[in-house]
Order: sequence, then C-alpha cells, then structure tokens
Amino acid sequence: MTLKVEDLRVYYRTLKGDVKALDGVTFSLADGEIMGLAGESGSGKSTLGKSLIRLDGRMRHIGGSAELDGKDLPVGDTHAMNPFRFHEVSLIPQYAMSAMNPTRKIGRMVDELLRSRGVAPMRQELERRVGLVGLSADVLDRYPIELSGGMKQRMVMVISTLLNPSLLIADEVTSALDVSSQKAVAKTLLEFRDRDLVKSMIVVTHDISLVYQIADTIMVMYAGKLAEKATADVIVSAPRHPYTQALISSLPEVGVRYEERRLQGIPGRPPSLLDPPKGCRFRSRCPLAFERCAEEPPFAEVAPGHSVACWKAV
Amino acid sequence: MRRYFGRKLLIYGLTFFAAVTINWLIPRLMPGDPVASMVSRANLAQPEAVAAMQAYYTGLFGLDLPAWQQYLNFWGALLRGDLGISIWLFPTPVADVITRAVPYTLGLLVPAILLSWWAGNRFGAFAARRRLLDNTVLPVGYILTATPYMWLAILLAWGLGIVAGVFPVAGGYSYAMRPNLSWEFVGSLALHWFLPFLSLFLVAFGGWAIGMRNMIIYELEADYSSYLSALGAPQRLIRRYAFRNAVLPQITGLALQLGVLVAGALVTEVVFSYPGLGSLILKAIQNQDFFLLQGVFLFIVIGVLVANFVIDIVYVLVDPRTRAGMGAEA
Repeated sequence: MTLKVEDLRVYYRTLKGDVKALDGVTFSLADGEIMGLAGESGSGKSTLGKSLIRLDGRMRHIGGSAELDGKDLPVGDTHAMNPFRFHEVSLIPQYAMSAMNPTRKIGRMVDELLRSRGVAPMRQELERRVGLVGLSADVLDRYPIELSGGMKQRMVMVISTLLNPSLLIADEVTSALDVSSQKAVAKTLLEFRDRDLVKSMIVVTHDISLVYQIADTIMVMYAGKLAEKATADVIVSAPRHPYTQALISSLPEVGVRYEERRLQGIPGRPPSLLDPPKGCRFRSRCPLAFERCAEEPPFAEVAPGHSVACWKAV
Repeated sequence: MRRYFGRKLLIYGLTFFAAVTINWLIPRLMPGDPVASMVSRANLAQPEAVAAMQAYYTGLFGLDLPAWQQYLNFWGALLRGDLGISIWLFPTPVADVITRAVPYTLGLLVPAILLSWWAGNRFGAFAARRRLLDNTVLPVGYILTATPYMWLAILLAWGLGIVAGVFPVAGGYSYAMRPNLSWEFVGSLALHWFLPFLSLFLVAFGGWAIGMRNMIIYELEADYSSYLSALGAPQRLIRRYAFRNAVLPQITGLALQLGVLVAGALVTEVVFSYPGLGSLILKAIQNQDFFLLQGVFLFIVIGVLVANFVIDIVYVLVDPRTRAGMGAEA
C-alpha cells in the first residue's frame, strides 16, 4: 500500500471563521494505482492534493495523518515535510504555464534545483526524459517563454517526476490545454506509471470523461468529504452515490442530440463550508434523501474496492 | 539585434534633436535682455558708449539676426563643438566653464545614484517578508522618499554641519585653499562632498528599498516560487530567483530616476553652494546667460540619453524576454 490517509482535516483560516475544506478524509492508494479525484469547485479536491505536499499560507492542518510507503508523512509540518518533497511526493501544479522561472534557461534552472536538493545534476537522464515526452533536448537551452503552452506543460511534468517520486499529484493538469494536448498529457501520465517513473498518482480534475481514460480508480468528493470511490468503470457505469449519479448523468453523451432534451445539471448549490450542515452534506440537493440522512453516513465498503458514503447504498 | 538597436538609436536621435531645440528656445523666452545687463555692469555714463557697446555685444553673440538664422547658426556651431561664449563669465568659452563644473556634479551624482540603487535594492530585498525589519523599514523608507531633497539637505547641514560641526556646509573645498594635488586638498574635497552626497543618497535609498520590497513580495507570490517551494527548494534559491526578477523593473526605474536626480542635484548643489552644474544653472539664469544655460542643458540631455541607452543594453543582457521581442535574429 503506497499511501494511506487517515481522517485528514485541513481548514482555511478566514476572517469569518474556519472554512472546513477537507473534513475527515480516509482512503488509501495502492502501488501503481492512478486515482482520479473528481468533484466540483470547492469540493476540497485541490485542498486534498495540496495538503499531501505543501499547505499554502492560509491552510491549517487540523488533524489526521498520512502514511507513504510505511513512513509517516508529516503533512502538518512544512519544515519536516521538506525531505519528502520532490524525492517522495511530487506535484504537477495547476499553473504549469508559469511554473518555471522566466529568466533562467530551463536546463540551468533544473540543475540549480537539483543541486539545492543535494542531487547531482543529471543532464543525460534529463535529456532522455525530455525525449520521452516528445520534446527535443534543446528545449533545455531555451527560456520558458520560447516554449508553447503544451511544451511547458510537458516540461514541468518531466521536472516534477525527475527523481522518481513514489506519489505524484497532478492538479488540474489539463484544464488550461486544448483537447488534443489534453489527450497527449493524459497519455504521458499513463506512460510515467507504466515505465515505473512514478509509483502511484492522484489526478485531481473536474473532467471525469478525461480522467476515466487513464485512471484505475476514481474518487468523488463533495463539500469536503468523500462521496464514493471505486474503479473507473464502476463509477461511470454503476455509481451508487446519488451525487455521483447526478454528476455522471450531467455529462454529455456522444451520439445524443441535446436540441430537444436540455442537459440536466444538479439543482441547488453545495453548502457553505464555514458552517456545514450536520449529517449527509448532499442531503438538501439529494432526490433520495430521507430521515436517516440527518445522521452522517459512514464511508463504507459496499463491494470489494467500492466504498460509498450514503445510507441508501449500504 | 541590429534592427532593434537601429530603431533605438533613431529614437534617441529624434529625442536629442527635440531636446536641444527646446534648450535653445527656453532661454530666449525668458524675460530680460542679456546684453542690457552686461552693459549695465560696465557702468558707462555716456549714451553713445552704451549704444556702441550694445551694438558690439549684440553682433558678437549674433542676437541681431532673425530667430531662424540664430537657430541654424546654433546647430552649426554645436556640430563644430562650439558652445559659444559665456555672458556671465565673459569672455570664457562655455565649454571651459562646464568642464570645470562637471567633475563635481559627476563625483556627486554617480556614487549617489549607483550606491543608493545598490544598497536600496539589497536592503529592500532583505527586509521583505521579515516581519521585524519590514515593520521598521517601510515607514522609514516612506519618510525618506517623501522628503524633498533640499529639506533633507538643510536638515543635514544644520544638524551635522552647524550643530555638530563635523562637516562644512558650503563649497566644494575649503575656501582657504586653491585646487592642487595634495592629500590635504583631497581630504577637504571629501569632507565637503559628504553632506550633499548623503542627502541625495538617503532620499533615493528610501525609494529603492520600498520599490524592491514590494517587487520581491510580488515575485515570492509568483507561480514559479510556489512550484519551487512545492518541490522543496530552499528559501535561498527562491529568494535568489525572486531578486533577479524583481531587479528588472528597478533597472528601468534607475533610468527614469536619472533625469529626476539631475534636478535633485540642482537644489542640493544650491543648498550646499557646491560648484557643480546645478549651481551653474542657477547662475546662468540669474545672469541671463543663454549660452551657458544651453550648454549645461545640452550636457544633461546627453547624460540622460547615454544613461538610458546603457540601461537598454543592460536590459537586453539580463532579461531574455526583451531579446525575444527583438525578433528571430536575437
């Protein structure tokens, strides 16, 4: 088991009080698993991704633990976390277009980064990896502005995985790309895993149809809590949680004309995380809600490898 | 690359032409007649002598010609390197008067500009995101930049010169000396140089420190900084990158400040009676000395243009993004 997360809670400190963006999340990730992490904006998926590598200034670790390859991951301690970063846990950020220092040639920047982490520069390996994502080695002698968006994205992917991390967090990596580049990026992620450059991966996304193509499992989050986790096929074809069902049915299908039948969204809006309601957080929007939903449903396994947090599914 | 600099040179050429034209025009728009004041200095009693002298000087300076003719003659003389003869210090050539004053101004300005830029940037970068320093540097910096040069100069002259008596408050060197190459004279120069230098340095220093602090904070929030932190890079590396990127706008700022500092030097020189170009401008205006005023302005224009051109080159060297803007040849 690569990653084990136990009741992780991360809140944002604001003037109005704590925003409970991540409120008790427990799951595990197997060796070689690519897990898609889906949910709408504000569901806590990015917070979960970030909290496994670096909490930003407003984020506070409230409780819970994470374990990577049998070692405790000090997610709440910025300083103690440092040895793990890049070596064990790495990140492909949402902002890959601007992730590289604009005034350094890329190769030199990577050398300086490696040296600062106590790793000898490895030009040859770097060139091999750059070739692997379909870039020519001379991008290393260029400045980031001389690369296109897709090229920058691939370059950042190479940098992030250079030290063969055990866990890679890809945060909305395809959001800023056009459809053809999205496909290429998704394939590259798959290839990283298949070539053993990365042991396991969390792909944070709001695009279920894209992550479905590469992920082994998909975990759906809603309002700071887990809703459902299962293999990608099960999530798409036989979801058990009403939220997942609504999410999947609001995706457009190929071959269906939407002229007569408008695409259905999910009515209502997610609850405020400043003061979330007790019980199931999807209750107010859920077509199946009944009295028991006032109690919080456990995230329970309903079938092998399939966990759901819903009273109706148990 | 060649096209880029060709275009830049053309722009500088046009600026030079326009600035020099304005320099020629401005003294002539001043009220008063330089020849009349020169003649009145001679204290002549007979009206014929006055008339003769007036005619002689007017012809000598070419002031009897129509304005367009004067203007063309001015450019002709300028291209031959002839700046004319000073009215105030008649008959010393303007070039000589300026050459005597330039070392004082440059000796004051160049160290003040460069040192304040260097020290202000270093200090601002160091103070950014360090709470204690930030809380003290920021207000002090704002007070310093907001201080007018001459007011700070007067305060310094009063505090360190008159009350403490450590530094002399006027002149480029002791009035009891003649310029010569002795340690004593050099010491006197340094002592007289210190207060004007300090006033220029302090005001500029505050501005640079504040600018740099804000720029560094902006850069530390930039995406590349977060990415490096996420990959566990030490603060030292991140701050080094941030400094290098934050210094770029400061280089532009330096170019812009040069023009302002020349004016700042003017009041500072006046306060400390420092024998540089600033004092010359004042004297030239008081004496309606067209030619001296033109000469000094010309010198300032050339100085600002050259400094800007140097900065353009430096910018191309340090920022790859400007190079990309120059096209494929870069």
